[in-house]
Amino acid sequence: MKQIVIISGKGGTGKTVITGAFAALAKNKVMADCDVDAADLHLILDPKIKNSHIFRSGVIAFTHKELCEGCGTCRTVCRFEAIGEDFTIDPISCEGCAFCSLACPQNAIEMKTNTSGKWFVSDTRFGPLVHARLGIAEENSGKLVSLVRQKAKEIAEEKKCSWVIIDGSPGIGCPVIASITGVDCAVIVIEPTLSGLHDAGRVVDVAGFFNVPVKIIINKFDLNPDMAKIIEQWSDSKNIQVLGKIIFDKAVVQSVVEGKTIIEYTDNQVTRTLRDIWMLLEKELDKKI
Amino acid sequence: MIISVASGKGGTGKTTIAVNLALSLSNVQLLDCDVEEPNCHIFIKPVFESKNTVFIPVPKVDTKKCDGCGRCQEVCAYNAIAVVNKKVLIFSELCHGCGSCTYFCPHNAIEEENKEIGIVEIGKKDGTQFVHGKLNVGMMMSPPVIRAVKKYIDKKKTVIIDSPPGTSCPVITAIKDTDFVILVTEPTPFGLNDLVLAVEVVRKLGIPSGVIINRSDLGNNKTDEYCAEENIPILARIPFSKEIAGLYSKGNSIIDALPEYREKFQDLYKKVEQIKNESVKR
Repeated sequence: MKQIVIISGKGGTGKTVITGAFAALAKNKVMADCDVDAADLHLILDPKIKNSHIFRSGVIAFTHKELCEGCGTCRTVCRFEAIGEDFTIDPISCEGCAFCSLACPQNAIEMKTNTSGKWFVSDTRFGPLVHARLGIAEENSGKLVSLVRQKAKEIAEEKKCSWVIIDGSPGIGCPVIASITGVDCAVIVIEPTLSGLHDAGRVVDVAGFFNVPVKIIINKFDLNPDMAKIIEQWSDSKNIQVLGKIIFDKAVVQSVVEGKTIIEYTDNQVTRTLRDIWMLLEKELDKKI
Repeated sequence: MIISVASGKGGTGKTTIAVNLALSLSNVQLLDCDVEEPNCHIFIKPVFESKNTVFIPVPKVDTKKCDGCGRCQEVCAYNAIAVVNKKVLIFSELCHGCGSCTYFCPHNAIEEENKEIGIVEIGKKDGTQFVHGKLNVGMMMSPPVIRAVKKYIDKKKTVIIDSPPGTSCPVITAIKDTDFVILVTEPTPFGLNDLVLAVEVVRKLGIPSGVIINRSDLGNNKTDEYCAEENIPILARIPFSKEIAGLYSKGNSIIDALPEYREKFQDLYKKVEQIKNESVKR
């Protein structure tokens, strides 16, 4: 069983569309949507939720006003500016360190368990999907990502699947790190823009930091063919394989509007390129064993 | 006024809006708070004048004073400290820098040392003051870097903040205590799904907001319907343009190449100001 994750550094380069295409093309797989902040894969996979679970993570401080004598110790020790002048705790700023609760001489601050999201195991027309929804303005997205991945891996092992296909999130911080560590390949989707290249550079470095092998797809390459060429040369110089270049096609947006993967929606140059990319990726990853 | 530019979904055009809005105004400051993937500098091409390192305090144990009692491990909420065979192991990547272990150590055996997690660079371009942060590669936590960028807020200026995408802590840290949030979206199911989440975020924080629909001709009209139902003002609609996409791809601002847009961005500012003032009255 192999795990691949689709990431990009920069947002909006086409991660979810490509993940959806891989879901349609790969045989015997489990999907995991690890963009728990703003999950979108379910919009094209139409999951039927089999079971749903509450994600409890961390704790948040709560002041019992009737016990508080207003000494101000809590405000002195808190480094997250989470405690107001009336000693009310702002749950959004609180990072759950419990320093205030431990330091309060009146024991007036209770640490309450925080429900910060939900995660789901679903059936889709392409196989099982593990996905999640982080509560609004919540922390610990890295932990929720790890949980989603763990569950997807368990299902893949149990069903003897060949693939776990993971939709990642933008950026290079904790959810991204949680989604790439230990995968067999991170596929980086780059658009032919200076920002796209800049951001891909940083995400390639993060992958290198955690020893994750990477491959590249250039998406919408015809929007700036010169920049696409620069990205290809840059990939060569870094010894990273470019799996393929996909053209910009409004049909991609239409497929999303229809709630379908591009593979199901049409047969055009985009889908032909994606089929070639998937075959190449399969072959390349097979070589590794 | 402090205006933040955010979106649930990435790649909808936050940076384009933030940069061009800033370039259209005078007495303005642009802060790039997308410290994981900062891009504004590509378009602003500022001259950087200074650079600061962002640290978080992490514990360091004086083994001579430590008797391995394990109190530090007990008080750490992040599992960043393990005491094994009376020896303290510190996992600094998990540490939030809360300072609890140092405070509660009964033997004063813990001191804090600074761990570098990113940098802040300060510069300018013509009249625009520019500040951005960069999270170091391999570091998990962007909020301390975002807070370090926001320390440079000059309330005498109009402040434009480019936020990271998403709905969790980095976004909250970027848009918190701003006066208005411009939510940039695209009229696709992905764009709408993530816009709904972003609206929940700004409502939870109680910040007035409005929506810009980018690439407004690529998708469907569900985003308009949603905004009408939820009474969210639509500030602008920008149709897909290969010309603008081309400018963006080369790292050029719209304002520089197409000066006629300056007025549109100034109108956008006026609209934001008006909505903000109305919401204050209410």
